[in-house]
Amino acid sequence: MPEMNTSSLPDLIFTILFFFMMVTTMREVTLKVKFTIPAGTELEKLEKKSVVSFIYVGPPTDNLRAQMGSSTRIQLNDRFAEAREVMDFVAAERQGMTNQAEQVISIKADQQTQMGYITDIKEVLRKSWALRINYSATRRN
Amino acid sequence: MAKKKKKMPGLNTSSTADISFMLLIFFLVTTSMDTDMGLARRLPKPPEPDQEDATMDIKARNILYVRINAAGQLWVQDEMTSDWGDIKELRNRVKEFVKNEQNLSKWPEKHVKNIDLLGQCFVTDKHVISVQTDRGTPYNMYFQVQNELVAAYNELRNELSKQKFGREYQYLKDEEKAAIRQYYPQNISEAEPKKYGGN
Repeated sequence: MPEMNTSSLPDLIFTILFFFMMVTTMREVTLKVKFTIPAGTELEKLEKKSVVSFIYVGPPTDNLRAQMGSSTRIQLNDRFAEAREVMDFVAAERQGMTNQAEQVISIKADQQTQMGYITDIKEVLRKSWALRINYSATRRN
Repeated sequence: MAKKKKKMPGLNTSSTADISFMLLIFFLVTTSMDTDMGLARRLPKPPEPDQEDATMDIKARNILYVRINAAGQLWVQDEMTSDWGDIKELRNRVKEFVKNEQNLSKWPEKHVKNIDLLGQCFVTDKHVISVQTDRGTPYNMYFQVQNELVAAYNELRNELSKQKFGREYQYLKDEEKAAIRQYYPQNISEAEPKKYGGN
């Protein structure tokens, strides 16, 4: 009985591996702010990850507090930013998208954040025509 | 003298499959497949540059104000009453306001509207729920209020779709959903509307 030829098996597995590497996004940024997102009941899933951009709002993490203080900061990509810089961020994020009209901005903000920061961000988002937003939250019963 | 060609032994590749399997499993484990969730909202379009006043004229009876102060307290106000609200009661209060079953004069005006699939309906689609916050309002309180408002609308739409189509809203066909949305449009405003008139 001749043995089965398994020489193409590695290629097969590599193909699956590459597929997974392509579809999964490794875009998790290193968080510079800490936040506990609120809990809600009427949540919707963020379906298309490719059109979602995240804005993080909260106080700096413990090891950054010495330099950055403990007041609320906004994080875009990998750095701290001001609310007005959101406009450039939105435009840059939009560049890489194929269906730009579906762009969604997900706001991950700490529960204790004062609304002033959120209102500022929302005002800039409106001006940059990023109208679909999503207040990130966890599910509660 | 013919040189004897020595056959080079092939590299043993039988373990390559195992190695790539391990890589595959590593990727499967480390990539987070968790789905992000959140409360989806839509911002209003930015005001036109030549537009002096972005506010609309809305009759006082059509507006329900939900104000949240810097201490996170709720102030709910319709045309007749205004009081400190409780987040737990907000949902029912909004539902009553939007529904206006008895056609009370303090709650939004009703008028006849022709909606596909539903026919002639008596709707309150001119109502506006105005959410106003202070710069110091805690984000969590604002989020919970938004959550309750969306919940109120979802419950209203579910009730109507059960009554008309016998199914919950999420199981409806697209055109049925559109009809329900026309009956109960989500009018949540975060800008200051200007009001006029007595009722």
